[in-house]
Amino acid sequence: MGEMEQMKKEAEALKTQIEAARKAVHDTDMASAASGVAPAPRVQLKTRRNLKGHLAKIYAMHWSTDNRLMVSASQDGKLLIWDSHSGNKVNAVPLKSSWVMTCAYAPSGNLVASGGLDNMCTVYNLKTPVIKTVKELDAHTGYLSCARFLSDTEVLTASGDTTCALWDLETGKQKTVFLNHVGDCMCLSLSPDMNSFVSGACDSLAKLWDIRDGQCKQTFLGHTSDINAISFYPGGNAIITGSDDCTCKMYDLRADQELITYQDAALNSGVTSLALSMSGRLIFAGYDDFNCNIWDSLKGEKVGVLSGHDNRVSCTGVPPDGMCVCTGSWDSFLKIWN
Amino acid sequence: MSTNNNIAQARKLVEQLRIEAGYERIKVSKAAADLMSYCEQHARSDPLLVGVPTSENPFKDKKPCIIL
Repeated sequence: MGEMEQMKKEAEALKTQIEAARKAVHDTDMASAASGVAPAPRVQLKTRRNLKGHLAKIYAMHWSTDNRLMVSASQDGKLLIWDSHSGNKVNAVPLKSSWVMTCAYAPSGNLVASGGLDNMCTVYNLKTPVIKTVKELDAHTGYLSCARFLSDTEVLTASGDTTCALWDLETGKQKTVFLNHVGDCMCLSLSPDMNSFVSGACDSLAKLWDIRDGQCKQTFLGHTSDINAISFYPGGNAIITGSDDCTCKMYDLRADQELITYQDAALNSGVTSLALSMSGRLIFAGYDDFNCNIWDSLKGEKVGVLSGHDNRVSCTGVPPDGMCVCTGSWDSFLKIWN
Repeated sequence: MSTNNNIAQARKLVEQLRIEAGYERIKVSKAAADLMSYCEQHARSDPLLVGVPTSENPFKDKKPCIIL
């Protein structure tokens, strides 16, 4: 038997083995396990702020760790820094390339980053008298779909070139490249302990990576289309994904499998974005149908909806103190709800 | 040569599957119990779940001052 044939056989055998191992620990399902849990209250949130300022579709937003400032990115070619409490714009960063797809706020509050169809991640210093470009991280061969700061010296990126990368901001070079997806990487989420991250891609898989050794540790199957959004559950033991297949899913890391699918027969729009409330109980998922649906993460039921945008909800975010949820849309507005 | 590429890819796939097959999984009942426990422990301090009293809401509607 040729080597190729042998490896195909071994791959099939390993896949079967993994499936059997997952089944072996599947002694219950989440619906049964959570049957005794009191349902989450019906969630009715009001729009507290309507942030007007962008002149075109908003593609991304990210909260600062101070729970007050946030950055948003629009294809009008700007990053805007907002004071969510007052509703005022604090800063505007003009972008070299207006085809932006992601933005991020550094935990320190000193830096923001953006990137998109220019295949680069550009980092800006907000604290210099005039906002300065600190670095252009240029090595991806595909669009930048997501960026997240680990610190003022390290950034994680996800790219349409099917890789994710860890960058050193001092040298501007990639320290580690995470190779395993076979489709465009669309999103990433850092674990609470910062030792690992998960990525979602157009190969409909979510993968868990060790940041330091660059290894893919686990792969989560189940979605049938691109995974556009991903987030760690607050405790760090589970992840939530959102996909073009119109569903969200919860995967538990230690059981290495899907626990719940959040879906509704009436929902036939793709999920673009998601964010979790502080306890993890509520999932805020943005959809192509202009709404943000609120799911009870334990019982899998829809418990509310945020309606008000006049176009696709492209991004959602809950600040670290959990005091509100922000939605950003192709209608060019950001709304803050609680 | 593309055949060498294909073999290299197949080797990578098998290597990756070996890593994933070796993972020690816990029972779903334990995983679910831990998730429910986490939610329960943190429910009371989850503002979006329990609601935010107006007096403490930094996003409450700003009312104009009325001069009497």
